[in-house]
Amino acid sequence: MGKTLAEKIWAEHIVRQAEGEPDLLYIDLHLIHEVTSPQAFDGLRLANRRVRRADLTIATEDHNVPTLDILKPIADPVSKLQVDTLRANCKEFGIRLHSLGDIEQGVVHVVGPQLGITQPGMTIVCGDSHTSTHGAFGAIAFGIGTSEVEHVLATQTLPSSRPKTMAINVEGTLKPGVTSKDIILAIIAKIGTGGGQGYIIEYRGSAIRALSMESRMTVCNMSIEAGARAGLIAPDETTFEYIKGKPHAPENWDEAVAYWKSLYTDSDAVFDVEVDLNADELEPFVTWGTNPGQGLPLNAKVPNPADYADTTERTAAERALEYMGLTAGTPLKEIVIDTVFLGSCTNGRIEDLRSAAEIVKGKKIASTLRMLVVPGSARVRLEAEAEGLDKVFIDAGAEWRNAGCSMCLGMNPDQLAVGERSASTSNRNFEGRQGKGGRTHLVSPLVAAATALRGTLSSPADL
Amino acid sequence: MEKFIKHTGTGVPLRRSNVDTDQIIPAVYLKRVTRSGFEDGLFAAWRNDPDFVLNKQEFKDGTVLVAGADFGTGSSREHAVWALQNYGFKVVISSRFADIFRGNSLKGGLLTVILPQSDVEAMWEAIEANPTTSITVDLDTRTVSYNELSHSFTIDDYTRWRLMEGLDDIGLTLKQTDSIDTFEGKRPSHKPATLPIR
Ligand code: SF4
Repeated sequence: MGKTLAEKIWAEHIVRQAEGEPDLLYIDLHLIHEVTSPQAFDGLRLANRRVRRADLTIATEDHNVPTLDILKPIADPVSKLQVDTLRANCKEFGIRLHSLGDIEQGVVHVVGPQLGITQPGMTIVCGDSHTSTHGAFGAIAFGIGTSEVEHVLATQTLPSSRPKTMAINVEGTLKPGVTSKDIILAIIAKIGTGGGQGYIIEYRGSAIRALSMESRMTVCNMSIEAGARAGLIAPDETTFEYIKGKPHAPENWDEAVAYWKSLYTDSDAVFDVEVDLNADELEPFVTWGTNPGQGLPLNAKVPNPADYADTTERTAAERALEYMGLTAGTPLKEIVIDTVFLGSCTNGRIEDLRSAAEIVKGKKIASTLRMLVVPGSARVRLEAEAEGLDKVFIDAGAEWRNAGCSMCLGMNPDQLAVGERSASTSNRNFEGRQGKGGRTHLVSPLVAAATALRGTLSSPADL
Repeated sequence: MEKFIKHTGTGVPLRRSNVDTDQIIPAVYLKRVTRSGFEDGLFAAWRNDPDFVLNKQEFKDGTVLVAGADFGTGSSREHAVWALQNYGFKVVISSRFADIFRGNSLKGGLLTVILPQSDVEAMWEAIEANPTTSITVDLDTRTVSYNELSHSFTIDDYTRWRLMEGLDDIGLTLKQTDSIDTFEGKRPSHKPATLPIR
């Protein structure tokens, strides 16, 4: 019997296998940021351990850095402490760090791909659950906790039990105005926030193949929101083309490509589970609740909790509507938005900024809301500025910021106020995620842009 | 890491499902650079509510958290485990845990026990009826017992052994340094490196 892509990559990275124990997996790339690493470095120091492979490790500042006045000392003392600690740790242990002001600074999952350091067939970890983003290149990439960060620093390996495999087949063609964000929101609504639990998902099918690398990253990014350990997409010409010319593209290119071409699921391989989704039928999707599985097509209405047969789901829906301040039966398109956030490792790449800019170009955002545009990395920001996108957003009345996670998780000053409602291109709509009491609707960049213009949740077709 | 063989304590009934790590420890508390002191952030948003279970006198000393399904979803932050441990919890019981949270907890010495939802509900009732109900979680026999009742749970042999020995992961792996050296010797040369900077 053949192997799935995930099984192939997994097998290639086993350092040691023993009955009844998790596999000891070799890690090709370890990404680090200021929030989940300080205690790991602390642990190393306490145990008198060193970093085994600084040359397979890279750090950036992203989670709580300010997006305004980035070259002034960070005002928030705790954020400053974390960033300073990261800088000191990287210096002490000889780790490459991209700090504020550096062109490669930005959200860790934007930085790896833009450097060309994220490549097919790799194992990639980071103390951040959206590490699954890198799976778009045909890599096994997953989030780890701080003690695992310490483990990888010390040994460049990680004991891990092999997840089961799930195929999600998305066949067909997306309608105009429908994006990969809508694909993944629809998948999560379909299989639930626990649906992928214990699995590595492989996204397959013609609709996936047709996506650009950036759109593929959006899909893989939110695998974790379906509960999956990781999500990946087999590499193809689109992948190779994207890596080509990037700073860390392999020097022995032909050898690398020959290997990358072996990375696919064999035709006779069997997945533990398969799920099908028809791309032709997809509409722009938005979330109405407080977990990413609580989403519906934009044309729908806020659901009525009483319609849920399952009691757990019903209670969750009731609680979500209460928190979100929504009434069952309200058309989603009538929901008034206070803040539009365009950014994050889900949708903060150049393609996302371009597609949103195209919609707001020459228009003004609604006077009732603010729009924050936060490029995923400093490089994305500079690229956008070179294309004049910053002007497009600023002329429309939006705020153009520096790179970072920003309002995706509200650890820096970019937060929602209590009761404030956002349309956000990020990946999590949990209670308080974007600021205490803040209410989040997850959307695609196109919906974000259209919403900014109309003031209520909208798609470009409504303009 | 402290050895975990058997723990006896009282329970805290957390009648909520889908408790994500942003609720267990909100992101604003993650800015610390130490490994301790996270107890003040545990369920911070909910603790503003005087009726929240942890604010009730009778549950103040609980060490066994009995939670609804899908506990620990969301962000991979391990601070969630530390917050629970710093607060004094030794065990969390639920019918379903998010993978990363469960991984983090078992590595950090916080025992997460999976019981069927019906057993969880029975425990909620028992604890609410009598908050001093003594609960014993025995890793040796893989059982949770209270009020004459005993439920067995499953946990893989390896994890159980490690918890019972109080063994730290890194130490275990460093015993395999030879295998790691051998593996590295065979890695293809086209694999990327972060240094030197290009
Ligand atoms: S942008 Fe958001 S989801 Fe992505 S790494 Fe930053 S905080 Fe996490």
